Amino acid sequence: MIPFVPLDYETLRLIWWLLLGILLIGFAIMDGFDLGVAALLPFVAKNDDERRIVINTIGPVWEGNQVWLILGGGAIFAAWPALYATSFSGFYLAMMVILIAIILRPVGFKYRSKLTEPRWRAFWDWGLFVGGFIPAVIFGVAVGNVLRGVPFRFDDAMRVVYEGNFFGLLMPFALLSGLVSLAMLVAHGASMLMMKTSGAIYERARVYGSYAALATIVLFALAGIWIALGFKGYVVTGVQDTAGPSNPLGKTAVAEAGAWMANYGRYPWMMIAPLAGFLGSALALFAYQRRLAGFAFVSTALAIFGIISTAGLSIFPFLLPSSLDPNASLTVWDASSSHLTLWIMLLATLVFLPIVLAYTAFVYRVMRGKVTSDELGKNPNAY
Amino acid sequence: MFDIDVVTLSRLQFAATAMYHFLFVPLTLGLSFLLAIMESVYVMTGREIWRRMTMFWGTLFGINFAMGVATGVVMEFQFGMNWSYYSHYVGDIFGAPLAIEGLMAFFLEATFIGMFFFGWDRLSKVGHLIVTWLVAFGANFSALWILIANGWMQNPVGAIFNPDTMRMEIADFAAVIFNPVAQAKFVHTVSAGYVTGAIFVMAVSAWYLLKGRHIEIAKRSMAVAASFGLAASLSVVVLGDESGYLATENQKMKVAAMEAMWHTEPAPAAINVIAFPDSAKQENSFAISIPYVLGIIGTRSLTQELPGIVNLVEDAKVKIRDGIAAYVALQKVRADKTDTQARAVFDKSWRDLGYGLLVKLYRPDIENATEDDIAKAAALTVPNVPLMFWAFRAMVGLGFYFIGFFAVAFFVASRHKLGEKRWMLWVAVFSIPLPWVAVEVGWLVAEAGRQPWSIEGVLPTFYAASGLTVADLVISLGIFLLIYSSLAIVEIYLMLHAIRKGPAGPERSEPQGAGVFPAAVAAEPQIK
Repeated sequence: MIPFVPLDYETLRLIWWLLLGILLIGFAIMDGFDLGVAALLPFVAKNDDERRIVINTIGPVWEGNQVWLILGGGAIFAAWPALYATSFSGFYLAMMVILIAIILRPVGFKYRSKLTEPRWRAFWDWGLFVGGFIPAVIFGVAVGNVLRGVPFRFDDAMRVVYEGNFFGLLMPFALLSGLVSLAMLVAHGASMLMMKTSGAIYERARVYGSYAALATIVLFALAGIWIALGFKGYVVTGVQDTAGPSNPLGKTAVAEAGAWMANYGRYPWMMIAPLAGFLGSALALFAYQRRLAGFAFVSTALAIFGIISTAGLSIFPFLLPSSLDPNASLTVWDASSSHLTLWIMLLATLVFLPIVLAYTAFVYRVMRGKVTSDELGKNPNAY
Repeated sequence: MFDIDVVTLSRLQFAATAMYHFLFVPLTLGLSFLLAIMESVYVMTGREIWRRMTMFWGTLFGINFAMGVATGVVMEFQFGMNWSYYSHYVGDIFGAPLAIEGLMAFFLEATFIGMFFFGWDRLSKVGHLIVTWLVAFGANFSALWILIANGWMQNPVGAIFNPDTMRMEIADFAAVIFNPVAQAKFVHTVSAGYVTGAIFVMAVSAWYLLKGRHIEIAKRSMAVAASFGLAASLSVVVLGDESGYLATENQKMKVAAMEAMWHTEPAPAAINVIAFPDSAKQENSFAISIPYVLGIIGTRSLTQELPGIVNLVEDAKVKIRDGIAAYVALQKVRADKTDTQARAVFDKSWRDLGYGLLVKLYRPDIENATEDDIAKAAALTVPNVPLMFWAFRAMVGLGFYFIGFFAVAFFVASRHKLGEKRWMLWVAVFSIPLPWVAVEVGWLVAEAGRQPWSIEGVLPTFYAASGLTVADLVISLGIFLLIYSSLAIVEIYLMLHAIRKGPAGPERSEPQGAGVFPAAVAAEPQIK
């Protein structure tokens, strides 16, 4: 009945775990600088002219970048439906806060400069700032909660029962994660601003970028120390069938102090990820010092890659541990779609993602160069 | 067992956010092609006025598009937030078209929309034209994949239930993509979008002509919109019929409710033109009907019967009993995988499992359901008949109005009399809200008509919601209503502002000839 699938279930699950990482990192690198630039807007731009320049550094491209988020949501739905169902309903009010922020973005960009009234523009500038700052923090808070474990269980019909609340999400470790996320995305945004602007904005971006990169190193190190010193992780006990049906209740797991460090002992190559996080941020500091905008951008992208990979590798094979019933935790081996769906989605990704990357590269090439107030005056469509 | 307040509020929120999102989508679908057509004329003829037209309508397109994006993100996440059991139960199938929509369609549209606005001076003429077409195709591919997902909710083909994972899983992806309901819905929905775009352009242009402003741009825009709109309005009605035809195969209850047909009639059935359905008495207190018409439209035959609501409820009782048997067998199979007898029962009856779940609204232990429980569950399968009946008639009535309107407009435009027939211009101006009314009632017919199911015959809506609290829902729904209402005011204000300002360039003394309009004036800054 089920058509032939050339890759076995276990391999496809692993591939989709990698793709999940690629999509999240893709989102954080591509849309991350939009968030960072928006979060920097009130600080790097001091008058309307400067604010328009800052907004238009990302104006032509942010919409395409945001699709990484949409695609991330869609891909989690398609490949990890249990994760989609559990996390988005569990983080309900936190998701609402993100949605409000994200609703403000498209209208903020498009509507801000349609009228000249200063209060109108100030309002949308504030909206754009919120649209950048809030998601940057909350995505980090969400990751912190994932590392902590989330209070959910399943009832007999595999219906998820969630026993937490919004304020429960704001625990100290999660707030620290939120700050790591904010710092790394602000640094990334600053790198982008240096590439796309000159003069006063460039100089301010350089300063804020340096602080942010430094903060990234300190906060990321703090989080690492916290994890290493008795932070409770989770481990699967017994043998888990890596090709079995996607039913999280088919395994047993327990919470255990220091468990999130275990993978690094078992697979030392995984140390590359946290090292990349530190190295990227350090190189960015150097690049800001030497005014190497392009190099700074690559460095902050490397830091993002390293930091997100660290979170994913530390909890492998977990995707979403349950603090309420560790046995119900979602792992790579029991929260995926069916064998066939993973295969179909892999084919779709292999066909379309390279095309997406190709035309995205084309658009960036066409839009290359610094944004100037002169150019904005000429384009009636500028934001 | 189920917090019905949470389910009701979740449904309200979904309806509010989906219907709101759908205020912006149809215009995007229609206007994107109109932009591409106008720009094609510009590139082919080199006449500057067509470029100014593209830029002007593009400005309005952008204001609308921003709202479409803002409200669309919510849709992508709302399944997981509010319908987590739905997401678990059918994510294996339903998630794929949503993800492919992002990969294939929305990326294309969203990446090139920036180029459309920022690329005029950075791309060659042909290069920019290609960008515009890609935006239009991206928008329409998007609709294709979303409607494949929605079509599967109406007609869940190509999937089987897996007891190990307690969810539906894919068996035949081609069947999901080539689902006839999805294909018919796609054509019907994008055509409705084209009608919306065409009426929008007609109405705004007519207003300019009435005011004696931007006459050359308005006339040309109207000519394009009239021909595009005529084709689209024919397509939306003809292919709307096609989706009615398909619904009779798959969603007999929906058709019976649309027609307020309580009892099976001898074939071919009569169509009720006007009726006052009384759901409690299960009859129409008043009806004017035309013999034979419904049977012929619905079944394309003179001999096939269309079942009535009361008869379908009786059929549902049979399915509910079968579904309960499947449910009991499922529990046994889950407890003991080697129970081949239970497995055989399940394999025979699993298609009706959803009908068994309907009883869950009345008692958690559905294996002990009484006749009364079964009768109540069967009665659930009837959607809101008066709503369906009148919403369907409003939609169809508007569909025929659009054909008439565009036929007249096309005739007037082809005789170059657009400026003279002032009555027609007024009709065009006042028609502007109608396509939105049509698409919203169309959404109601399709989705309210699907009730009580979130997935037709597979998953009851009340069974699909997340375990949230009423407080969660009150907060989120309140926020959505507040933000969406404020943004609606802002959006309409900016639209009117942009329309009042009009296209860049002089208002009256536009040159009639080709390409003499100085580009420097066309590119005159509008902002700042």
